[in-house]
Amino acid sequence: MKALEPWVVQPLETFLAESAARLTLLMTSSGQVVAQHGFSRSLDVMTAAALGAGIVASTEELARLMGASRFEALVHNGQRQSCMLAAFATPRGRWIGLVVFGPETSVGIVRLFFDQMVQQLAAIAPREQTPAPMLAENFETELNASLKALFGR
Amino acid sequence: MTATQAVLDRVTRVPGIRGALVIAATDGLVVAEQLMDGVDGPAAAALTGSLVGRLVRTADGAAMRPPTFIHLRGEDGSVLAALGPEDLVLVAVVGPDANLGLARLEMLDAAGKLG
Repeated sequence: MKALEPWVVQPLETFLAESAARLTLLMTSSGQVVAQHGFSRSLDVMTAAALGAGIVASTEELARLMGASRFEALVHNGQRQSCMLAAFATPRGRWIGLVVFGPETSVGIVRLFFDQMVQQLAAIAPREQTPAPMLAENFETELNASLKALFGR
Repeated sequence: MTATQAVLDRVTRVPGIRGALVIAATDGLVVAEQLMDGVDGPAAAALTGSLVGRLVRTADGAAMRPPTFIHLRGEDGSVLAALGPEDLVLVAVVGPDANLGLARLEMLDAAGKLG
């Protein structure tokens, strides 16, 4: 498991241990990866983050059109593995969790411990720091630093 | 009143039962519930569904038939689960002074009427 923000590590480790999730991705609502577990290639992470953020944006707009405030979670049930996508509020802004899990666990267990992780993250998140604006000239450097932190290379 | 609600009504009438749920075992999700305050339905469904799944796999691994009734006993009460048809499980959260024999009989009979 790799995380850009060290305070995310403990709640995420607890979630992974309790839920038996195979892959987990925490990202901001714009698709910037905060932590990941189980992905071996940076390309996979970036693609999953972009797609996940896009799906959440689409479903939130759909919810708005239907007069609902927001959908809590989106679950795709598959034969061999399933996927849950859920957006949640943190003191650092709105984040998205993408969890892939197999038949060794259940959507109920994943949701239960995901909700607990969200509560823990909200409780321990440092409040003081506001993210610096992303400029074109430092985008490449920031991206490379994030990939190095997430994949160790 | 739906058949599922009738089943929950019948089970929760047993003295000492603090709540009953019908859950989908594989997903660990609540199908219907009738719970007293302080009983977390989604948590009970998720954890009991996981327990049932593991016990069914354990029985299968030991070349035994799947369990029909599960009694998880704790210090302050018990969780009872009766396996019904179509992946449904009838779950009851009971206090320490509950009539477990009556609860078991009612649950086994009611679980057969699910689905």
